[in-house]
Amino acid sequence: MKTLVFLEHHEGKLQQDSLGVLGKAAALGGEVEAVLLGEGVEQLAAEAGKFGASRVYVADDVLLAAPLPQPRVDALESLVNDGGHDTVLFAASVLSADVAAGLAARLGAGLNWDLTDLVEEDGRLVGKRPALGDAVYVDVGWTSEPRLALIRSGTFEPAETGGSAEVEKIEPRLQDFSLAARMVEQAHEESEGPSIEDADVIVAGGRGLGGPENFALVEELAKALGGAVAATRAVVDAGWYPYAAQVGQTGKTVSPKLYVAVGISGAIQHKVGMQSSGLIVAINKDPNAPIFEYADFGVVGDLHEIVPKLTELVRARKAA
Amino acid sequence: MKIAVCAKHVPEATAQRRLDPQTKRLDRSGEGTLNQFDVHAVEEALKLRDASGEGEVVIVSLGPERALEAMRKALAMGADRVVLVSDEAAAGSDLVATSRVLAAALEREGADVVLFGQQANDSDGAVLWAAVADRLQRPLISQVAELTHEDGKVRGKRQTEFGYDVIEAPLPAVIAVSDAINEPRYPSLKGIMGAKKKPQETVSLGDLGVGADEAGEAGSRTEVYALSDPPARGDTVKIEDDGSAADKILQFLQEKKAL
Repeated sequence: MKTLVFLEHHEGKLQQDSLGVLGKAAALGGEVEAVLLGEGVEQLAAEAGKFGASRVYVADDVLLAAPLPQPRVDALESLVNDGGHDTVLFAASVLSADVAAGLAARLGAGLNWDLTDLVEEDGRLVGKRPALGDAVYVDVGWTSEPRLALIRSGTFEPAETGGSAEVEKIEPRLQDFSLAARMVEQAHEESEGPSIEDADVIVAGGRGLGGPENFALVEELAKALGGAVAATRAVVDAGWYPYAAQVGQTGKTVSPKLYVAVGISGAIQHKVGMQSSGLIVAINKDPNAPIFEYADFGVVGDLHEIVPKLTELVRARKAA
Repeated sequence: MKIAVCAKHVPEATAQRRLDPQTKRLDRSGEGTLNQFDVHAVEEALKLRDASGEGEVVIVSLGPERALEAMRKALAMGADRVVLVSDEAAAGSDLVATSRVLAAALEREGADVVLFGQQANDSDGAVLWAAVADRLQRPLISQVAELTHEDGKVRGKRQTEFGYDVIEAPLPAVIAVSDAINEPRYPSLKGIMGAKKKPQETVSLGDLGVGADEAGEAGSRTEVYALSDPPARGDTVKIEDDGSAADKILQFLQEKKAL
């Protein structure tokens, strides 16, 4: 097996998820290499060595400065073609999903996504993928090489192996159409908000609230419980609540002792950000909402009735 | 402006979804509907067309023949016509094969903008646009929550793990929109009545010049080996509110010493 791991970085730091996938590749065995694409990223290569890469390909190019997928597809195409990698692994993110899918089309290669494990079984590589809202696990594979895979975020913890990597510079040739999209503004955080990562109790609101004004219900309950307020991507994108409070794949990952989900359907992108919470309580009017699959205590009902009542009860209980 | 929207026919959200243990594919025998995430792409396409004052919105889909019925919802909303690629040989197409077929259908249309919804409701796939953009050799902006169009360029604002990006691309371009981008309109009665009369074309792989070995299972590079139950979770409780739900939540929190 010869594996290439795509390393994602932000503000001079390698992403934990990328290092976790690198560690998984090292544990699977064979030759493990990694690739770093960006501007001024060479100093990150040594760290990748500590986490399991024997060689790190580095492209330092102003044209790769913005985290846009298409020039990265160009770089990976020639790297995989020349390097003969049979497996290319990505930690899932907004950027890497687009890179992986573009590369799959370019190489005519198979891509499996949302994997929560990779194992060798009967001499072949098998990916484990939860499907239909995690109701069934699917064993997936590839019918040709290279095999491309996106690993669900938060799946593997980075593990230092204490190794070191050889650094090899590459100068990828980028195609015109790959450079047509341009980053005008990058990673702009819209507004300041409370820190939710360290909260013991989180009350989170989703689209089921019906409108931004109803976040008051969530805030009141959070206050009564002595917790912080969080939100889903849908309501943050809709401008109901600040980005800083967002839980999920493109937001924060939290693990409070108690997580109360109000009007949240519980899509995978939300679940990966809060599934390690101690206790999960969910209130939603849709009995088929995926959140009920993993809530310790779920209530099918009208949040506008239940939440104010619960807030009163908690207040009374705390005052007693 | 000419806009193509890639849309998918998926099982009804209310239907009990299951994977067929024999074929290991999703059981599609029940009622089907237009993928809810694609409805946002249709809405955005209608807005772009209407703002530009000319052009058309064409829905491009790959699916069984009865997918046409689901696509009629897009026509009822205001889209102008549908091109459905339907071919026995295309069944079971994975990402590589699907993107090949769709790209061939889109080449034929030559739209200024190709729009995708945020994900497929059934497969949870959220990557197809990047494969199609690569095949069409067009710039891509994904996860767009706000879209503007000016002077032959589109500008998309989108959320990533690190905050908000603003990305600009010249037309023609491929854009995937998030479901936060708009509130889709409901089809009017007149729209629903008129939908059946709008052009609905069904094409085969041969019509697109795609070989049978380039689509379906033959053209795919991934496969499903086995299905299994997920690891057991702790006990989960689900109750219907009969007016006492708040009390029961409080009781649960007290039992678990979470207060």
